[in-house]
Amino acid sequence: MSEKIGNVWVFIEQEGGKIADVSLELVCKGHELAKRLGVKTEAVLLGNKIRHCVDTLYHYGCDTVYLAEDKHLEPFTVLPYAKVIMDLIKEHKPNILLFGATLKGRELAPRVASEKLAGLTADCTDLQIDDFDDKVNKKFYKNKLMQIRPAFGGNIIATIVNTWDDPQMVTVREGVMKMTEPDKSRKGKLVEVKPSLSKEETIVKVIERVSKEKNVNLKGAQIIVAGGYGVGSKENFKLIYELAEALGGQVGASRAAVDAGWIDHDHQVGQTGVTVRPKLYIACGISGSIQHRAGMQEAKRIIAINSDPDAPILSVAHYGIVGDLNDIIPKMIKAYKSKV
Amino acid sequence: MLSFFHACAILSSFVVKKYVKNNYKIYRNPKQNGGHAVSFTIIVFVKQVPDTQNITGEAMKADGTVNRAALPAIFNPEDLNALELALQLKDRYGAKVVVGTMGPPNAAEVLRDALYRGADEAVLLTDRNFAGADTLATSYALSCCAKKIGKFDLILCGRQAIDGDTAQVGPQLAEKLKIPQISYIEEVISLDKHKVKARRAIEGGYEILETPVPAMLTVIDSNDPRPPAAKKIMKFKKAITRSELVKAHAGANYTDAEALAEEEENLKTKNLWINEWNASSVDADPQRIGLAGSPTKVKKIESVVLTAADFKKIEANEQGINGLIHELIQDHTLG
Ligand SMILES: Cc1cc2nc3c(=O)[nH]c(=O)nc-3n(C[C@H](O)[C@H](O)[C@H](O)COP(=O)(O)OP(=O)(O)OC[C@H]3O[C@@H](n4cnc5c(N)ncnc54)[C@H](O)[C@@H]3O)c2cc1C
Ligand SMILES: Cc1cc2nc3c(=O)[nH]c(=O)nc-3n(C[C@H](O)[C@H](O)[C@H](O)COP(=O)(O)OP(=O)(O)OC[C@H]3O[C@@H](n4cnc5c(N)ncnc54)[C@H](O)[C@@H]3O)c2cc1C
Repeated sequence: MSEKIGNVWVFIEQEGGKIADVSLELVCKGHELAKRLGVKTEAVLLGNKIRHCVDTLYHYGCDTVYLAEDKHLEPFTVLPYAKVIMDLIKEHKPNILLFGATLKGRELAPRVASEKLAGLTADCTDLQIDDFDDKVNKKFYKNKLMQIRPAFGGNIIATIVNTWDDPQMVTVREGVMKMTEPDKSRKGKLVEVKPSLSKEETIVKVIERVSKEKNVNLKGAQIIVAGGYGVGSKENFKLIYELAEALGGQVGASRAAVDAGWIDHDHQVGQTGVTVRPKLYIACGISGSIQHRAGMQEAKRIIAINSDPDAPILSVAHYGIVGDLNDIIPKMIKAYKSKV
Repeated sequence: MLSFFHACAILSSFVVKKYVKNNYKIYRNPKQNGGHAVSFTIIVFVKQVPDTQNITGEAMKADGTVNRAALPAIFNPEDLNALELALQLKDRYGAKVVVGTMGPPNAAEVLRDALYRGADEAVLLTDRNFAGADTLATSYALSCCAKKIGKFDLILCGRQAIDGDTAQVGPQLAEKLKIPQISYIEEVISLDKHKVKARRAIEGGYEILETPVPAMLTVIDSNDPRPPAAKKIMKFKKAITRSELVKAHAGANYTDAEALAEEEENLKTKNLWINEWNASSVDADPQRIGLAGSPTKVKKIESVVLTAADFKKIEANEQGINGLIHELIQDHTLG
């Protein structure tokens, strides 16, 4: 146990040279863990022509940035990314390796963990350092990463520990770790890495790629008014927009509303949409399925408007209004406008 | 043979049905199934899962493992999408669809369900030593199973199982087999003996990727799985594993090995045999399966308490709503 432990690493996800929010959240969290362990916070940044991202990573708390640039690393595909990361792990032996639980993170991290024969905990919502007393195998582990995650469709929260050789690998859900203010004067060390990629890693070809910028930023929203299947029609969604506009909020939706074609998928909140934690979430005509709740139950205040007094959404709400949203929403707009 | 093949090819060029989806075209010939020689082998890995949407408090045991018996067991939803995709490829190109699952003996239920929907063969991987596996040990066991199945062109998995919720098994299985992987598949655009081209979901859009085969694809909820076919139910409800065969005859004065072997042969010729393999029959290293092969340990499990601490019912009238808005402005939730 007196052996020197490795550093805390964060895989930096970027798209077109823009760092994903979740990666900055993880740099902040990683920095906190590294301080606790007395080690460094290091970033692994892969892509092509992305050097301009490096300073930002120092500002958020990285001591070192490993930068790998290669034409095969843009656009993202799993195999070359896994190879570069694996080579870096072998060389530097990090103690902890964090990935965002994004689409990319969740296809890349398992490939790396499998090759490294490391444990990988999925979709964590909290990380802590603690000792682990494995009574079954009569082993004591000091300063381990407690990997806390919901599973079983969100019905349970499990704390998982990786007991094999480092790194302890996890993917972390977007939007749950707090981003701290960047310190623009902070500096770090750049380590340039020469990727050694062969034909084997570049066999998957991207033929076409269509990806549009999101036109809504639900993740950052303080107030969200979300509509579900109970809104009834595309036309009627204007009620949701009106309330959101009145309160200065953004519009969210359940999957049933998205599937009905009433609103774009960018607005979907939940397990297969965005995870949000606004100050206020107003769920209108949303029953509150477990998949929907997974994306919004961390909101500070939840108002549920539902005609069904037994709708599950009422059990996570702080305020419940049982009634017809067509009647209630206009009343809310009126009440708010008369108060301010 | 050659002329038959040519006839098929010519025929199919006339009966192609063309449809356009999301700006690209797929040509498909629904008449092809069964009509021509099987050219592809597609393995679909499916998991029997507890229905986590209707969970009760008794679902977890004290040691952190799942008490599956307390919940109804269902076919993992996205695995039905993976199976459907395999069956569509079978319809389009001709393929042998082999379904495999690792689980307790009664996981044979999902295999029968897959046969009802059109799968050709089924494998149950079951062994007490597989128990307690994390995704690393699970993917290792499945990789041994795939190797024993033999040569394949594609492996399809669901993106994610609704109990473990990790979405890790597909990519890890691909790594174990050293084959390429593509996750989040919505549709296969084309498949031939050298490569597969598929469309998948990415953040804010889609991507079309091409990879050499064999390859592993994970499939998302993007198609409507066909229901079990009545005729196939009639036939395959009799399909059983060795354990089920032994169990069916336990107690009867019919347990000698020879009689069982004969019955087994009989079921095999009728195509009613579900292969049952254990760790040693797939050559799995005992140190890499089950608890022994799992680096992750569950330290603690807590049930999620659903009810918000401070619930307040608001009357759906002007007074109630005015009061609510007032309260939210007061505590600076609304500004
Ligand atoms: C793998 C998987 C992933 C999923 N991911 C997501 C996800 O990310 N996000 C998501 O939201 N869902 C997701 N779902 C779908 C989820 O299970 C539900 O089907 C969906 O959330 C239901 O949407 P809803 O509440 O709007 O519709 P419904 O369940 O139909 O509820 C409509 C509600 O409106 C109420 N209502 C009707 N009329 C009125 C009225 N006039 N006034 C007030 N109330 C009214 C009804 O009482 C009812 O409670 C997922 C499902 C699966 C299987
Ligand atoms: C509360 C809890 C939390 C857990 N957390 C983790 C964790 O963070 N990390 C970890 O490594 N393990 C974890 N596990 C263990 C994990 O659930 C098991 O390893 C499980 O066997 C596979 O993982 P999954 O259910 O997440 O499958 P996924 O990876 O989500 O499944 C993806 C696809 O792989 C295929 N597949 C998966 N399992 C099988 C199977 N048995 N047979 C055939 N096909 C299959 C299916 O096609 C499926 O759709 C956890 C278990 C529990 C109970």
